[in-house]
Amino acid sequence: MGGILIQCQDVWKNYGSQRALQGLSLQLESGKIVGLLGPNGSGKTTLIKILNGLLTPDRGLVLVDGQEPGVYTKSIISYLPDKPYFAGWMKVTDLFDLFEDFYEDFDREKADHMCRALQIDEGQRMKALSKGTKEKVQLILVMSRRAKLYLLDEPIAGVDPAARDYILTTILNNYNPEGTVLISTHLISDVERVLDEVLFIQYGQVIRQALVDDIREREGKSVDELFREVFRTVPFGGGEW
Amino acid sequence: MEWKLDDNRPIWIQLQEQLTRKILSGWYRPGERLPSVRDLASEAGVNPNTMQRALAGLDMEGLTVTNRTMGRTVTEDQMVLEGMRVTLAKEIIRQFYESAAELGYTKEQALELLKRRDG
Repeated sequence: MGGILIQCQDVWKNYGSQRALQGLSLQLESGKIVGLLGPNGSGKTTLIKILNGLLTPDRGLVLVDGQEPGVYTKSIISYLPDKPYFAGWMKVTDLFDLFEDFYEDFDREKADHMCRALQIDEGQRMKALSKGTKEKVQLILVMSRRAKLYLLDEPIAGVDPAARDYILTTILNNYNPEGTVLISTHLISDVERVLDEVLFIQYGQVIRQALVDDIREREGKSVDELFREVFRTVPFGGGEW
Repeated sequence: MEWKLDDNRPIWIQLQEQLTRKILSGWYRPGERLPSVRDLASEAGVNPNTMQRALAGLDMEGLTVTNRTMGRTVTEDQMVLEGMRVTLAKEIIRQFYESAAELGYTKEQALELLKRRDG
């Protein structure tokens, strides 16, 4: 615990003329559950994709556990993408087989256990599953690895509130204490209590990094309320015209 | 006992308050061993580091004692327990007078009402 796991320094990324990251810098320790919060288009997914090596930054330094994204970092990162990427014909068991082959740290027993708890039939094909169930399967795959860094891009967006609670508890119970979990989400009030720390990101930069309880102590309000304040948009017809 | 967390105060303080109440009400008895940080955090649905901070707060107050063989146990020191009980009771009384004052009652009138209610 306590060592630096993620370091980003002056990271830039454009998609054509569209700016995604504009000199983003941050540092995260291991052993933390961190919320990555920001409005749509603020750069959350881009940052996550850069950290796990799916995108290369135009400029800047990115280190995960002291190394640039590559073969080593991929072996220690467990990534939940913002949309499902599995072939529809695959059964849940096929996916588990695949993960067992690909990742040494995949714990099959844990995955089976979570499937039972969430009442997911492992014999089902992915295309037969509802959107929410697909998301659950993905999260099971991701959390059944014993990784150093979990990158979860919108992990609870599509599931019902009861399953949301189960998933958050799953994250709490299954992440290993030396690992760090980075969760991007809009559902702040749901995840707030499981987070150590939050990063507010806007226009491709980190505009605030603080402990959840420090925010509550200093501002006398929840992170959710603070977020709404910081990113408030005046509704159409609300300002002077 | 349910864990209830409100929105505008630090989570660890609320956890510490609720654990304190669990100890004073005898939910956890003197000398009893508390569940692990992880189990408590999972039960309350909170971050383990936050729960750890709440438990450290209990240690500071002397309500719990940590030792190597037994883990974290509730204190058996009745003085400490009684002291904390009085502190909490005083706080409840203070809040009572404050709410009564908002309704326009003086301390004496509020006390009078309270006595009549008892009878």
